[in-house]
Amino acid sequence: MSHDVHVEARNEAEYQHSRRKAGQAMRNQVTVFAVMIFLTFIAFAAVQAGFSAYLVVPLVLLFAGVQVGLQLYYFMHLSEKGTGIMQFFIYSGALVAFTMVLGFVTIVWI
Amino acid sequence: MDLKTKFTPQSWPEHPEAATVEGKNKVLGFWIFLGGETVLFASLFATFLALKNKGPSGMEFSTQNLFELPLAFIMTMLLLTSSLTSVYAMYHMKNYNFKAMQGWLFITVLLGLGFLGFEIYEFTHYIHEGFTFTQSAFGSSFYTLVGTHGLHVVIGLGWIILLMLRNAKRGLNLYNAPKFFIASLYWHFIDVVWVFIFTVVYLMGVIK
Amino acid sequence: MSSTAKKKGFGATIWDYLTTVDHKKIAILYLIAGTLFFVIGGIEAMLIRIQLAKPNNDFVSAGLFNEIITMHGTTMIFLAAMPLLFAFMNAVVPLQIGARDVAFPFLNSLGFWLFFWGGIFLNLSWLLGGAPDAGWTSYASLSLASPGHGIDFYAIGLQISGAGTLISGINFIVTIINMRAPGMTFMRMPLFTWTTFVSSSLILFAFPPLTVGLFFMIFDRMFGSNFFDHTMGGNTIIWEHLFWIFGHPEVYILVLPAFGLYSEIIPTFARKRLFGYSSMVFATILIGFLGFMVWAHHMFTVGLGATANAIFAVATMAIAVPTGMKVFNWLCTMWGGSIKVTTPMLYALGFIPSFVAGGVTGVMQASAPLDYQLHDSYFIVAHFHYVIVGGIVLALFAGAHFYWPIMFNRMLNETLGKITFVVFFIGFHMTFFVQHFLGLMGMPRRVFTYLPNQGLDTYNLISTIGAFLMAIGVVLLVVNVIITTIQNKPCGRDPWGDGRTLEWAIPQPVPYYNFKQTPLVRGLDTYWIEKMEGNKEGMSYAEPISDIHMPNNSIIPFVMVFGLFVAGFGALYNPDADKPWALAVLIIGLAITFGSMIVRSLKDDLGYHISKEELMNEKGGNE
Repeated sequence: MSHDVHVEARNEAEYQHSRRKAGQAMRNQVTVFAVMIFLTFIAFAAVQAGFSAYLVVPLVLLFAGVQVGLQLYYFMHLSEKGTGIMQFFIYSGALVAFTMVLGFVTIVWI
Repeated sequence: MDLKTKFTPQSWPEHPEAATVEGKNKVLGFWIFLGGETVLFASLFATFLALKNKGPSGMEFSTQNLFELPLAFIMTMLLLTSSLTSVYAMYHMKNYNFKAMQGWLFITVLLGLGFLGFEIYEFTHYIHEGFTFTQSAFGSSFYTLVGTHGLHVVIGLGWIILLMLRNAKRGLNLYNAPKFFIASLYWHFIDVVWVFIFTVVYLMGVIK
Repeated sequence: MSSTAKKKGFGATIWDYLTTVDHKKIAILYLIAGTLFFVIGGIEAMLIRIQLAKPNNDFVSAGLFNEIITMHGTTMIFLAAMPLLFAFMNAVVPLQIGARDVAFPFLNSLGFWLFFWGGIFLNLSWLLGGAPDAGWTSYASLSLASPGHGIDFYAIGLQISGAGTLISGINFIVTIINMRAPGMTFMRMPLFTWTTFVSSSLILFAFPPLTVGLFFMIFDRMFGSNFFDHTMGGNTIIWEHLFWIFGHPEVYILVLPAFGLYSEIIPTFARKRLFGYSSMVFATILIGFLGFMVWAHHMFTVGLGATANAIFAVATMAIAVPTGMKVFNWLCTMWGGSIKVTTPMLYALGFIPSFVAGGVTGVMQASAPLDYQLHDSYFIVAHFHYVIVGGIVLALFAGAHFYWPIMFNRMLNETLGKITFVVFFIGFHMTFFVQHFLGLMGMPRRVFTYLPNQGLDTYNLISTIGAFLMAIGVVLLVVNVIITTIQNKPCGRDPWGDGRTLEWAIPQPVPYYNFKQTPLVRGLDTYWIEKMEGNKEGMSYAEPISDIHMPNNSIIPFVMVFGLFVAGFGALYNPDADKPWALAVLIIGLAITFGSMIVRSLKDDLGYHISKEELMNEKGGNE
């Protein structure tokens, strides 16, 4: 567990390859962004259109879940390798969060 | 770690934020902190859901007659876009392009300030209508939830601005790369929370 | 630059400890501060027992009694038990995993000072107009009605020290994940490291709800919000939920590291590998998860409805399963071992039946209908003291004896240690066993006195005598520490002779950089493996001697927290009309804090290196 940093210069081919890969990933990010904008738009439109609450509430919650997933996995790079522990802690937090919200909407006694 | 080491785009590591032990620790520690933040916001959301529309008897305020969707939509767009611009900033950080990174961070900050401006406008508007922090339990829980998110925006902006100013002269190195990276993680997390705020508070609030 | 300097002046030593980022010194700070608060909490306990020794006693007034019970509970949980456990975590965990320090040495120091100044802030309430008096749970309607600033001291003090705990928790998680030596896989980690890991994760998820709850309390009391005020649409039960979503995991935050300590002590003195290592790990994680799903069992009598009560009752009983697994694993570890009854082992042996008793009464209360009878009676008091004293305090004493050689290179006196155990253990059972009966006979919790001739007199007197025996036990432990310090006899490496894990393999006193060469871990109980193979050095190495990177000492954490401490007073007195200076104090305090944060971020802190030559010249590396 040495604290020195070993940085090895990449050769030109490696460098070009990683640049290309990064550029590709960046284009992916823009696509993800477009999807997120689209989902947001649909969610607002569905509410504005005044459909039944039984349809709209699950829909907007689902869209929110998808958006957050995209945000975490693409924008925050959780889809990369070696992020297992980070995912574990985020999901544990989400589980506690879910339990708490469930508790507060069901058994906060009035 | 020597700060004077000069890098070229070729020698700059592919994951500069995790190239040092300190960087690895910072990134992991920050993710874990975000796990805790998730629970913090869950407490605020849960309280808001429990106290939504509750107030002294005869209170005329409710989510239905208070919130306006166009405003929430604009704020959402601003914050979502700022999330993308900070992704661009990190893309250039990994390409060792300091100028481009600073540029994108600057745009991120502008969008964040725009968001903050609308939020302040929204709050003052409600307060003028008489819907205040102390007016009802609904008011207390609303301002605490949305205000805590707003506070996170302020902290995030201050953090990014400080980082930009501090490193303006010296450019990227392996000491500050993790700092930029976790600041951008924080910014994304702010957007994650906002997704739930606009869904749970605003959208589900105006549904009749 | 380094702490190798031979003899230092008193001032220099103090300065060294104020600025230290070394986990071993921070451990000592936690030990000293935790003991200080433990003694304060203990004195409060004695006052409670003196007041209750006879019926119609007027030793303290009813109001003062409320303050004493509140501060006793709060101090013991937040300011004594947790810091003392943090002391052992800091001292032992980095050594156990083969690390040179924790992941964030600066944050480690920050976490300690936050806890310390938060605790001081809370206790200053005694001198500044009255302590909090709404119980350690500080239920909202009662605490909102409490006059004076007592509750404000509670809320702000816990906010400060809670932030410190959260920071330390994150630090340990990252340390354990990222800083392990080569070969130290997750399933080779000693149990104390595992329990520290799980307990830190619980801190991560449990403290934010407390933070939020305390903020609501502060807002309601000082800024006119209405979270808990039902006339304005608020709901007093929200505090109870938030408090117990924190409060129940808190029990496991405390008891899991205690389990970890026993899981180190028992195999060492049974001289046998821990039975069912992987089931132990699994049980620890399972307890951690279930800990978050059971908070409402503290609220059975609130009226959540039969469905909710049933769900939480079943979930609560489920926790008995992994806990039972652990108990059987400890028993099976001892089975067939060649047991050496040393002081730490004696505590571990005393722990098992005591804790099982506390656990069984816990399962009784998990049954919601029975809980309607037991709720708020002395039965509850007996139950949680069996868990906390029988589980955690015994672990702290056992850990103190067990790890004293690692922390101070001295052995505590064994004979005196055994006498301490006997006195304390008898006192503990005398104090709390009879409280079960008091509860069943109907004595309510938190009453400041009772009438004579209701059958309560004798048991209360027995309980008080027991409390005095416990106090004598604590005094004996302190005497033991003083004697050991005066005798000043270094004990060297592995003084118990049966150390199994990496922390015993390090030469004593532990060098400030811990490991001259990063060790290579070859299995569970790595030191034992090396000893059995006749390796005199006790370690295999993963790397040749090379430069070691060390973090710089810093006074910034101390200053940063001192600013918060000052700001706390400003915030506390701000709502008072007659104290216009409060706002200035608040601003000055925050300015100090933010100023030191800015200094921290502007000054690059890159640490320094110990050169290879320096390391080679230093003796004592391999004894």
